[in-house]
Amino acid sequence: MSTASLRSPNGLPGVPGGMLNNFAQWVADVGARTMDWIVGLGSISLFFARTLRWLVIRRPRRETIIWNFYQIGVLSLPVVALTGTFVGMVLAVQSYAQFKMLNLETRLGAVINMSLVRELGPVLAATMLAGRVGSAMAAELGTMRVTEQIDALAVMGADPIHYLVVPRFLACLVLIPALTLVADFMGVVGGYYYSVYLLHIDAYYYLQNSANYVGWFDLFSGTAKTLFFGGAIAVIGCHHGFHCDPGAEGVGRAATYAFVHSFVTILLLDLLLGIGFDALYNVLFPQGPRLI
Amino acid sequence: MTYATEPHVSPTATAAPTDGHVLVEVDHLTVTFGRQMVLRDISVQIRRGETVAILGESGCGKTVFLKTLVALQRPTRGRVLFDGQDLFRLSAAELARERTRMGFVFQNAALFDSMTIGENIAFPLRQHRQLSEDEIQAIVRARVAEVGLPLSVLRKKPGEISGGMRKRVGLARALALEPELMLYDEPTTGLDPIMSDVINELILRTRRQHPVTSIIVTHDMRTATKVCDRIVMLYPLARLKPGESQILYDGPAAEIEKASDRRVIQFVRGEAGERLMEMAREENNHAQSAEESVHG
Repeated sequence: MSTASLRSPNGLPGVPGGMLNNFAQWVADVGARTMDWIVGLGSISLFFARTLRWLVIRRPRRETIIWNFYQIGVLSLPVVALTGTFVGMVLAVQSYAQFKMLNLETRLGAVINMSLVRELGPVLAATMLAGRVGSAMAAELGTMRVTEQIDALAVMGADPIHYLVVPRFLACLVLIPALTLVADFMGVVGGYYYSVYLLHIDAYYYLQNSANYVGWFDLFSGTAKTLFFGGAIAVIGCHHGFHCDPGAEGVGRAATYAFVHSFVTILLLDLLLGIGFDALYNVLFPQGPRLI
Repeated sequence: MTYATEPHVSPTATAAPTDGHVLVEVDHLTVTFGRQMVLRDISVQIRRGETVAILGESGCGKTVFLKTLVALQRPTRGRVLFDGQDLFRLSAAELARERTRMGFVFQNAALFDSMTIGENIAFPLRQHRQLSEDEIQAIVRARVAEVGLPLSVLRKKPGEISGGMRKRVGLARALALEPELMLYDEPTTGLDPIMSDVINELILRTRRQHPVTSIIVTHDMRTATKVCDRIVMLYPLARLKPGESQILYDGPAAEIEKASDRRVIQFVRGEAGERLMEMAREENNHAQSAEESVHG
């Protein structure tokens, strides 16, 4: 529901002109935008709830699962591997000079691998997938909306959420963590290659320091975050597709907003989950080294 | 169960074999989008076996009316009953089951791009019938033949066939589950006269071969008079006087030319009449209100 009707080109009825009228108009605009935002949040929450409900009550069809796993997982593999590799190498390039000044260049592996596993791998892989997968989902489902294919599904007695959203949600939920692990691995390999073969850092100490500093909890917290990122990318992408405006412009806008909103959500979730996992670490390992 | 594949051609619609049972009841239906009202207080009853055209010019709410019948559009007020049941009061599973009793032919066919033609037609069968793959393929082939398409089309994707063929595939898919109610959204729009007549013939043939009730949304007078036994004509709300009924005509298709309302006759004959002047007047009114808003 749009609240644009609250805005009036002639100012608010019963309010005198001039500054007061402008201020009243500004308040009305802010109110309308806030209400639009709340309505949007409610709409996506209901959409998510319906997705979870269908996920529980009926298993999606095998062919839709396989097709979506292939589209989202297999076809994203090259771009995610490439991103991970380059991030690992860039970290080596950027950190080397500072570490060299302190004669700590053999610790480079610890910094690269820790940064990759805990933060950069998950966030950059998720950002890349928000662009590749989230926008594609919004554009595909938006086109289906505009060409009435989603209506056709509904009138043939197939729930569009069950048929179109649940397989995509599952694929993102399962495969984005897996793809993040690939990005992490490729980043570690890229960082190692650049540090050892191009910067000539001793391989033994590089690996030794990496192993000493990067623990299982780092890998767990980094990967667990991507479960949430994956779910968010799927729900936001599908929601924008389902509520796409008519025409090519509407589809384009749905794809753009799917990426922008996914990206902002990833950053927000990253912060909240980072705080959450840090608290969890302190509870599980009260004697362990502080993460922050 | 047999599937006829031979075409039967009839020059005009025959009288509806209706048993008097009301299959679709639209009761004081009103639909609004935001502040814009599209349908106002529409009441129509459609009996089993009837073929009814919902006629009217662009923007009068015909498609919205059709989508309300299959619960794709929620009424703002009033209700729509299908075989005595309010579709909006059913659970998701019950609604899905009731929808298998309906077939919907979309304006642009709405075929699934990612599937072949064969998969498109088989889709409702795979969703709702426990049939072997051989049985599904037999039904798909029968349906394709029924709408006069070659079997070679089954392996093609929707993007590889013409608009007329897509409409026929849409019809074959809608017929797959042998529905009791067929809904057509502008079935001949965008087609050449020959292909339009092919579609009209297919609708007539469908009606002869299956005991089906049909509702056809169209602005094509030829489709309405050739295929339908009854016409309900809607008029855009923006041009109605307050309190005036949105249904300008509801009666036998053969007698629409005898209607007393001048606007019905204008539409039937395709005469612009004072529409050009009305449009100019509307344009002036818009410009005037825009100017007033600028000057406060």
